[in-house]
Amino acid sequence: MTDAAPDRAADPDQAFKRELVGLIPHLRAFARTLTGNPTAADDLAQDAMMKAWDARASYQMGTNMKAWTFMILRNQFYSEKRRAWRQVQLDQESAERTLVAIDDPASPLALDELRLGLAMLPAEQREALVLVGAGGFAYEEAADICGVAVGTVKSRVSRARRALHAILEDGSYERDGAPAGDAMRAILADAERLSVVR
Amino acid sequence: MGDEDQPRGQGPRRRNVEHMIDQQPTDPTRRGSAALDEARLRQHAIGVRLRQMFDEVVNEPVPDEFLDILRKADQTPPEKG
Repeated sequence: MTDAAPDRAADPDQAFKRELVGLIPHLRAFARTLTGNPTAADDLAQDAMMKAWDARASYQMGTNMKAWTFMILRNQFYSEKRRAWRQVQLDQESAERTLVAIDDPASPLALDELRLGLAMLPAEQREALVLVGAGGFAYEEAADICGVAVGTVKSRVSRARRALHAILEDGSYERDGAPAGDAMRAILADAERLSVVR
Repeated sequence: MGDEDQPRGQGPRRRNVEHMIDQQPTDPTRRGSAALDEARLRQHAIGVRLRQMFDEVVNEPVPDEFLDILRKADQTPPEKG
């Protein structure tokens, strides 16, 4: 991907940069789940990337850089939220509109419903579930990222799973006229298809 | 944080990452076992979907902006402090 000239390959900054560049897709995905808005998410991911770059002297090569950058991104997100809490209300609404208005014909129904359901969870449950259930982090790593105890993460993940299941089952979200049970049925069908493919 | 009551003694058992999404606080009574299997299947399906949703963004091409910003930053020395 990035061209690494032989004479620069040993430079620790360059090694750091290569690893950071490799993490950008994951930072974008995590930011997307936090903000729910692709544009705001990329802004957040860029800020986090630059914070990580500026703080590279304090990073120890060989430790978990993915967890480290996720923690930076998360801190960035919440400190911005605190700074502009009025704005957050608006962002939340626009994020929900964005989530509702997903208009990609290639995106299956079930995925839209899952996005909606996810958006309805309390933020701390959503991030715990995303880190452990989608980001591939162990409970211990997710706990470090969120700055809480491991038991707290476990509890949040399990609450999130139950809540999400309930939301998808009884269709407590609003979606123009779609039958309530369809979301769960579509998710089940897709999961079956995917597990056959894998 | 009163809402963070943790399960005592009988927390979810640890399994490998692939199956973590299946974890459910299990009800030990047997009558509910068919319903339980169904619930587990559903949780698994949601888990698969969740990962797919996340991976969808991971697999998007990274906008040039990211690399441009990093390239520019590379020209300046790191901040102290």
